[in-house]
Amino acid sequence: MANQSRKIPIQHIVGFALSITLTLLAAWTALRSSLPVMWIIIAILTMAVLQAAIQLFMFMHITERGAGHAPWNMMFHAAVIAVILVAGSLFTMSFGFHYDNGGGDSQPEQQQEQHQN
Amino acid sequence: MSTEESNAKPLEYRTESGELGIVGFWIFLAAEIALFGTLFATYAVLFGRTADSPLPSDLFEPGSVLIMTFILLISSFTCGIAIHEMRRGSVKGLVIWLAITLVLGLSFIGLEIHEFILYAHEGATLQSSAYWSAFFILAGTHGVHVTLGSGWAILLLIQFAQRGITSITSRKVFILGLYWHFLDVVWIFIFTGVYLIGMVI
Amino acid sequence: MQLDEFFVTGEPLIYAGMVAIALVTSAVIFLLTYFKKWGWLWREWLTTVDHKKIGIMYILSALAMLFRGGADALMMRTQLAFPDMNFLDAQHYNEIFTTHGTVMIIFMAMPFLIGLMNIAVPLQIGARDFAFPYVNALSFWAFFFGAMLFNISFVIGGSPDAGWTSYTPLAGAAMSPGPGQNFYLLGLQLSGIGTLATGVNLMVTILKMRAPGMTLFKMPIFSWSSLITMFIIVFAFPILTVALALLTIDRIFGSQFFTLTGEGLPMMWANLFWMWGHPEVYIVVLPAFGIFSEVIATFARKQLFGYSVMVWSIILIAGLSFLVWVHHFFTMGAGAFVNSVFSVSTMAIAVPTGVKIFNWLATLYKSKIQITVPMMWALAFIPSFVMGGVTGVMLGMAAADYQFHNSYFLIAHFHYVLIAGTVFACFAGLIYWYPKMFGHRLNERIGKIAFWFFVIGFHVCFLPQYFLGLDGMPRRVFHIVPEWFNLNVVSTVGAFGMGIGFAVFVYNIYYSYRYSEREKTGDPWNGRTLEWATPIPVPEYNFAVVPHVDSLDAFWTMKERGESPYDESKVKPIHMPSNTGKPFIMMGILTLASFFLVFEWIWLAAAGLIGGIIMMIIRSFDYDEGYHISSEEIIETERSARGL
Repeated sequence: MANQSRKIPIQHIVGFALSITLTLLAAWTALRSSLPVMWIIIAILTMAVLQAAIQLFMFMHITERGAGHAPWNMMFHAAVIAVILVAGSLFTMSFGFHYDNGGGDSQPEQQQEQHQN
Repeated sequence: MSTEESNAKPLEYRTESGELGIVGFWIFLAAEIALFGTLFATYAVLFGRTADSPLPSDLFEPGSVLIMTFILLISSFTCGIAIHEMRRGSVKGLVIWLAITLVLGLSFIGLEIHEFILYAHEGATLQSSAYWSAFFILAGTHGVHVTLGSGWAILLLIQFAQRGITSITSRKVFILGLYWHFLDVVWIFIFTGVYLIGMVI
Repeated sequence: MQLDEFFVTGEPLIYAGMVAIALVTSAVIFLLTYFKKWGWLWREWLTTVDHKKIGIMYILSALAMLFRGGADALMMRTQLAFPDMNFLDAQHYNEIFTTHGTVMIIFMAMPFLIGLMNIAVPLQIGARDFAFPYVNALSFWAFFFGAMLFNISFVIGGSPDAGWTSYTPLAGAAMSPGPGQNFYLLGLQLSGIGTLATGVNLMVTILKMRAPGMTLFKMPIFSWSSLITMFIIVFAFPILTVALALLTIDRIFGSQFFTLTGEGLPMMWANLFWMWGHPEVYIVVLPAFGIFSEVIATFARKQLFGYSVMVWSIILIAGLSFLVWVHHFFTMGAGAFVNSVFSVSTMAIAVPTGVKIFNWLATLYKSKIQITVPMMWALAFIPSFVMGGVTGVMLGMAAADYQFHNSYFLIAHFHYVLIAGTVFACFAGLIYWYPKMFGHRLNERIGKIAFWFFVIGFHVCFLPQYFLGLDGMPRRVFHIVPEWFNLNVVSTVGAFGMGIGFAVFVYNIYYSYRYSEREKTGDPWNGRTLEWATPIPVPEYNFAVVPHVDSLDAFWTMKERGESPYDESKVKPIHMPSNTGKPFIMMGILTLASFFLVFEWIWLAAAGLIGGIIMMIIRSFDYDEGYHISSEEIIETERSARGL
């Protein structure tokens, strides 16, 4: 709590500037850059994780001693669970991506899949 | 339950019930992450299942989404300043910055409702396809959270006017602050995972 | 809506149920009025925030639900006893297996265990109450009203009939119109929110309110298992909340998550349901492990063997519980690679579970075992649970699961783990902590009769079902063919044996209330952990002086050193939370809102929701800080309770 009595909250201002920059950078990467789609997704998701970390450490005082170890511990496990939920669901339900979208080229692929099963 | 005071910690941590409340709220936020994680998982799995309704890349506009994002980022910042002012013991600073946060939150909700109505006019509603169901419930759940947070902020502003900064009111505002920053984190992922990726693919 | 659409009509069994409800309700109202007990009910129970009383209410409700779920089970077993029985029709049978599963898991097993935690955990860790007593009351009323909402469905509106897993598209609006499934969705939603609140509450209690000196690794094993269970609840219950909400929105507001139209994905329901559902299995079995560990250590008169290994195996099981959910739907066809991954992770769970079994055996090894009724339940648990666990590994092999899936083999497996694990533990824990709750022990002789009826009945009931499954009998059929007759009739006989065991157990509660000797000390079993350091009846503040802990089995150490847990010179005034009727009223209003939503009366439901929000606002402005009990009053209470 070094900045508790300070008039200007430097930590907050730095965090704010960083999050605005990251947002603009992410928007630029997605809309203006000519990277391959997969790289764009990886890049902007990384920036989102960075921004979340900024909020947690610079705004939410996650490391503040008052509340003990529970905050960062719970946030860490929550992040793991969130990844399991999203990645696990995509992994499990990946068979469902070959749905019938009113004909088109997804059809032969689907038949092949059924054949393999 | 003792009310021993130690001046090393900020006011909101100094009573046992204050500390318990804050720890409990962090655990609740972990549950909220699981909740939004499930909604994101549903959204990701149902991505592309638009049936006969418009594609997200046809409807999403970078401009309005960026404005909403900046409003929420700024409100997260002003909320942080409000907590900072509270720790300096300034009721006036706290009330002013919290009120700014509230106004920003309300304008975010207004923009989001406007956005949803726009999509509905283009033929993308909750009922139109699996993808749009997932979209509206994910973004809408976040919107409901912001609405609840705004209502909560109003209640706390009244309580501050009545009581000033005490160990209880400061604990309440600190927790509201955690909640507000958390909603900003969720929005960052909606902005990235839903809007940006939706515009790319 | 016509009145005969509102009430379920045309079934003699249900008319009998209606009459029974009317009779019991009027009897309760009559007795309360006759003995002028309404004020007492409100002051002592409906508005209480005391964890011990809330625990008792949880357990009483859970016993009632065990009766209800058990009655469902006996009806099913009667229908299946002989080929082509016409005791129940197909629709009624569907409703009964659905409510049996839901009631037993959500409204019996979990509240029973949470009730025992309510009573035991704060006492074990030397705390004076939960971290948030108000929220604790809220949790209880959420569960209680959720259970009532679900149970009322069989006379009003019709019960859900899509299985306790409520798979879509069957459970969707297109194939299951009407209020039945809505009862399931909203009843579970209400009680699920209560469970989540308990999760946060008890976790903070255990993390922050332990007696001085009690580090995490000096904490009694039941408190450890409760902590880990709460951890699972915090992360798993939001998944259920979302899944239920999505299906509710599908059914009532026409979204397309799990529908067959609009490119919805019905299998996503199975995915979400089991992402919650598998951790849920561990939510009901880990506390059971904790109870058995306490009981075995107490009656083997030894410190639990391999305490820290036990703790780590619980943590490992909890972690793995989030990584195995697909084994519930191997046959969905997610593909060989997906199934292989989850097959391996499933079998990995057998390792920490096996470690626990060997630790219990090692605790028993070369010890002087004292055969009390709780210990008998614990001893019966070990071999029975192993039989359930081993068949679980068989089911975990994805290729073999294509044969076992949805057969009676599966039914036998999960009843072996859930009854031998959870239900035996509920009985063991209730009998073990009964003196702390009611001031007297349950009669040992009658307890043993109940035990033998129930345990023998259990094996007679479920062992044949493994073989029925291998003979090809699928679950959820309401007519059997003659080839399955012999084993089915044996199974039905066993089920009634369990029913008799339960009836004897309930009789024992009455008998012991009348005739059992009242406890004079707080330590009837020569216990090891801090809950036995409190006097009987336990004062509302639990500990007059919070003990200092420097070892595992803190109370045992105290007794060895000849220390008393109570030192009159250290008594100070104690702060207590005030009673409040707000949790009861708030949950009552929200239940009413849910009831309206079940019938899709949207505006009434919205009005109810606003009522709930108003209650929350009132709560926000409530600055009641409780009251203090004076030192003199504490000394007086302690002197009379401890016979000083």
